[in-house]
Amino acid sequence: MADGALGAGMSPTDPGAPAVELVGISKRFPGVLANDDVHLAVRRGEVHCLLGENGAGKSTLISILSGMQRPDSGTILIDGEPARIRSPRDALKMGIGTVYQHSTLIPALSVLENLMLGESRRIVLDRGRARARMAEIAKMLGVEVDPDARTGDLALGRQQQVEIISALWKGSRVLVLDEPTSMLTPQGVEELEKVLVQLKQQGTAIIFITHKLHEALAVSDRITILRRGRAIGELSSEEIRSSTPEQNRATIVRLMFGDATDIGDAPELQTRIEDVEDLGARRLAIAAGGDEEPILELKSVSAPGDGLEPGIVDVSMKVRAGQILGVAGIDGNGQRALAETIAGQRRARTGSVELFGTPVNRLGVSARQKLGLRYVTDDRLGEGIVRNLSVSINLLLKRIGEQPFWRRGRIDARKVNAAALELVAEYDIRTPGIATRAGTLSGGNIQKLLLARELSLGPKVVVFNKPTYGLDLRTTENVREVIRRLTAEGAGAVLISTDLDELLELAGEIVVLSRGRLVGTVQNGRDAAERIGALMIGDADSTGAVA
Amino acid sequence: MTAVLAAASGLFTQSFVTALLAGGVLASIPLMFTAVGEAISERSGVLNIGLEGMMLVGAYTGFLGAYEAHSMWVGFLTGALGGVVAAVLMVVLSVRMGLDQIVIGIAITLAGEGITSVLQQAQFGGAYPRLPAYPQVAIPGLDSIPILGKSLFDQPLVVYFGLGLVVAVAWMFSRTRWGLELRAAGEKPEALDAAGVSVLNTRSYATLATGALAGVGGAYLSVIAAGTFTPFMTQGQGYMAIVIAMLARGRPVWVAVASFVFGISLSLSTALQLTGINISADVINMLPFAAIMLALVIFARSAYLPPALAVPYVRGAR
Amino acid sequence: MAIAAEDRAAAPAPPAPPPARPATGRGQMVVLTFVRSLVPVVLALLAGAVLLLVLGRSPVRFYSDVWRYGVELNNWQNSAVLMAPLLLVAAGLVVVFRANIWNLGYDAQYLLGAVFVVGYGPWMFAHFPLPVAYAVLFVMAGLAGAIWTIVPALLRAYFGTNEIITTLMMSFIGIDVANILVKGPFQDPTVTIPQTKTIPYNDMLPNIPGTHIHVGFLVALGIVLVLHYLLTRTSFGLRLQVFGENPKAARHVGINVRRLIISSFLWSGFLIGVSAAVDILGLWSYVRANWNPSYGNTVIPFVFLARLNLLAVIPFVAFYAVLSTGGDLATQAVSLPTDFLLVIVALILLFMTIIEFLGRRRELGQSYLTKGLREALRQPLVRRRRSP
Repeated sequence: MADGALGAGMSPTDPGAPAVELVGISKRFPGVLANDDVHLAVRRGEVHCLLGENGAGKSTLISILSGMQRPDSGTILIDGEPARIRSPRDALKMGIGTVYQHSTLIPALSVLENLMLGESRRIVLDRGRARARMAEIAKMLGVEVDPDARTGDLALGRQQQVEIISALWKGSRVLVLDEPTSMLTPQGVEELEKVLVQLKQQGTAIIFITHKLHEALAVSDRITILRRGRAIGELSSEEIRSSTPEQNRATIVRLMFGDATDIGDAPELQTRIEDVEDLGARRLAIAAGGDEEPILELKSVSAPGDGLEPGIVDVSMKVRAGQILGVAGIDGNGQRALAETIAGQRRARTGSVELFGTPVNRLGVSARQKLGLRYVTDDRLGEGIVRNLSVSINLLLKRIGEQPFWRRGRIDARKVNAAALELVAEYDIRTPGIATRAGTLSGGNIQKLLLARELSLGPKVVVFNKPTYGLDLRTTENVREVIRRLTAEGAGAVLISTDLDELLELAGEIVVLSRGRLVGTVQNGRDAAERIGALMIGDADSTGAVA
Repeated sequence: MTAVLAAASGLFTQSFVTALLAGGVLASIPLMFTAVGEAISERSGVLNIGLEGMMLVGAYTGFLGAYEAHSMWVGFLTGALGGVVAAVLMVVLSVRMGLDQIVIGIAITLAGEGITSVLQQAQFGGAYPRLPAYPQVAIPGLDSIPILGKSLFDQPLVVYFGLGLVVAVAWMFSRTRWGLELRAAGEKPEALDAAGVSVLNTRSYATLATGALAGVGGAYLSVIAAGTFTPFMTQGQGYMAIVIAMLARGRPVWVAVASFVFGISLSLSTALQLTGINISADVINMLPFAAIMLALVIFARSAYLPPALAVPYVRGAR
Repeated sequence: MAIAAEDRAAAPAPPAPPPARPATGRGQMVVLTFVRSLVPVVLALLAGAVLLLVLGRSPVRFYSDVWRYGVELNNWQNSAVLMAPLLLVAAGLVVVFRANIWNLGYDAQYLLGAVFVVGYGPWMFAHFPLPVAYAVLFVMAGLAGAIWTIVPALLRAYFGTNEIITTLMMSFIGIDVANILVKGPFQDPTVTIPQTKTIPYNDMLPNIPGTHIHVGFLVALGIVLVLHYLLTRTSFGLRLQVFGENPKAARHVGINVRRLIISSFLWSGFLIGVSAAVDILGLWSYVRANWNPSYGNTVIPFVFLARLNLLAVIPFVAFYAVLSTGGDLATQAVSLPTDFLLVIVALILLFMTIIEFLGRRRELGQSYLTKGLREALRQPLVRRRRSP
């Protein structure tokens, strides 16, 4: 074990060899070149940001650094010396600690137990010593965590702090943070930034992965931009400091997406990198809802959680024909419960779900479907499609047994295929054929498949749960267009999304979900973003534990 | 009806209760050893459907060892080794290669049943030689307690070892890093991997330990309880042990308690013979399983299984 | 637009497994499937030969005996007779495995069906014309098997209770119940050994003319073919498949999952019960206490080798029927207990999984076990979340 919480002391401004350097790293997966000859150098005491779109190759790079994958070619240098990282164990030995987007802590164990995991050389656990050590590191970072708390009960921000403590505990001198703010409240982000400052002072080299431009500009000393597997540009701290924020943004946008003329949709790109001000004009043009009868209404509905995510409590909302109601909130605050309760996959404990004025609490999924309700799930692979079945069957998955595709239980393959072909054409689903296994399609095409399935045959109310999550730019725009068209034709939509800009672009009215409750309604407009953000913060108490 | 009542009132005589408890303790031992072993595996995420086969192999090799070496202890040793050999199949194919645990388990049970039957016949050609009865060890003083004394404190030595085992494993779970690593392997193997500990090794050792303990449990059946080996002699006790481990939530003390309860139901027929009540052997045989079904129906909600149970671990898999 | 022109006029898209992988050609796939299904069997037979050598027996003699007693002269008919219950048990297993459910209680389901057939058989034959009696007895046996699956089915459907354990426990209980029935109400009063009454020879199922194979064989074959159609071409079969492949998706698309679980269990038990009716009314005519032919154990690997496709099951079952029939006498001829065959079956299972592993590594095609069955144990013993 290293002496001291951070290993041998190092001067933060040592101009010598970089703490970690990647030289010519390449990694190929079947069908895609994830990393293409990437060069990266990170100095001690520096926050180095890896910026890139989803799919640019950031995750692969991290998994190579952390020992989860091995590169096809290239070398990794630690303090100037070549290092062989063949497993997570090697990475830890080399001093590289990684904090992933999804927690690697074990929920059922206490914080202390999680920290002790893999750390003792001795057989018998020494909890007293572990406690002392943890207190030391926590103090250095300026955070407060209860060592005996059950890890699964902690707020995500607190869990992340435990992971950082864990990385330091193991003597990491290089800390890799993978999209660390994706699950945090604004307050959590602030706490994280303070922690980063402390770490820099200790001389830790920090690699910060993100796709959010403003974040990168706010915390980094240097920025490397990844695009389609290649490291195509770098901004040093001098450059960042010497240019205005707009100039920096422009440089980075150009690097990330090429010239705006190449792709042709500059405004959407700005949206994608969260340049919020430009959207003002668009938002004001969205029609607000009228006064007609709601087609979907929830009256004080509560539904249970499922062990991983909270349920909803006392939620009331209305959706009218032609309206898009946005549901904002940090991921994991009851979105899944809300969607499933409306769709009929989850039974409401109290309150009433009403479609066109009729209570449908007792009706199951298919009964609600017949009434015109549709649900585009965010769990595309988990519950949206059946991977091993063909595209055509997947397109008709919600109509099994129905005429004209099944007559008296028997399948009519010709009609099935005809309908499938039509849908594939209409929604531009890229597939080698309709008999292809749906699991082989790309994420974007699976989403199109789901849309085709849900939106064909006269939908009247559609629930969308994170419909553009993880999709590339073009598909994202297509999906948003579909949603607009849908409501323009008279249907109503509930748009659940963690992407604030998406909500501001599409919804006239936005409600905010926090820990299962609707904490406010915001009309789209001038400072909607700020008001929504304020509502999203909720009231986590000082130790970070969720009540 | 009156006959039943009369029988019932005459039932709980001192001799009956003593015999029941003593028999219950004896019958619980193979279950306990095996179930404690299974608790170790299950905690790490491995489900051994092949436990029945491991017990049988241990029963046979244990009997062989005791027979050839004229020693009970050698028998237990060879029994443990036999169980380990059967468990190796599970380790190589299921834990390390990631093949389906259920199918491999069924194969191990079938293979165990078949091979022990074949070997028994090949070795002894139709005869079923018996081992001498092994002495009990009485704890002086404690064994004079009425009823409880005779039944709990005057038992073959291995019984005390069994109880010691329970304590040792419980300590191991809560106080050693092995216990922590086992739990991590069963709860969230990716986390264990990220912490730099080999998930496969952890599960492999756990499975081998289970094999050894199941082998000892089986050896007990052949060396002590029956004094001989007959094919298929475990009669479902391996499966019972799996259920016990699940119901006890993998906690060794509860495993012992549950084993004792089921041991009593197993020993019921012998005890009943003392009282002259004649209930058919089939009904008696059925009782432990019926008890388990009942327990499953009533207590099913509180049984706990580690989330990663029976899921092979592949690094980086999605 | 990426849709090829030929797809527009394509033959019906098969919803049944296994679908083709885009990389390899159709013909190549068939050959590979063929090879991968046979190799484990061949390897197991070879390993069995090695084992025989170790035990000092002649593999050549053993296997030639298997062939002789299983196929030659009129022995193939004995094998065919054995196929009847095997096919139906396999059918019962396929139904439930396709839905990603492990019904391991087949022994009790068979025995209870058998016991009721001999219990009520004589009375039925005495009071009703043969066809009526047959029909009623078949249904009765099926119901006995189906009823024995109810408790595990309900536990699984409503609480997510793991069915491997519950069906196994019910099996042990059921075997004892069957014994109690044999020694009790169904005991033949005219004999001293624990055994049921015997069904008169004239009331047994007639033979196929020219053979001594009873028509139960044809009945079994017919049921298997019909079931195959049901499983691959109807909405019922598709729902089963969807649930088997992805239970979450099944709920998402509105399939009534509880009803599906319960009905697949019931059908499975029913088919296994009927297998007993066919077997008793065709071959045995009585049931002894403590008797258990345990067809399910030995048919399981072949069900998987056939990738849960009932058409493919038929040749595999035929193979096993020959192995068992011939092996019965062949093992005696080399003075080994018949349990030796269990070892061969276990070896087939083992090699099958190893080949699957190797095949998976070289991406040769679909695996033997549906992913759902492998994940069947991912469920807790009972519901921890809401979902079954």
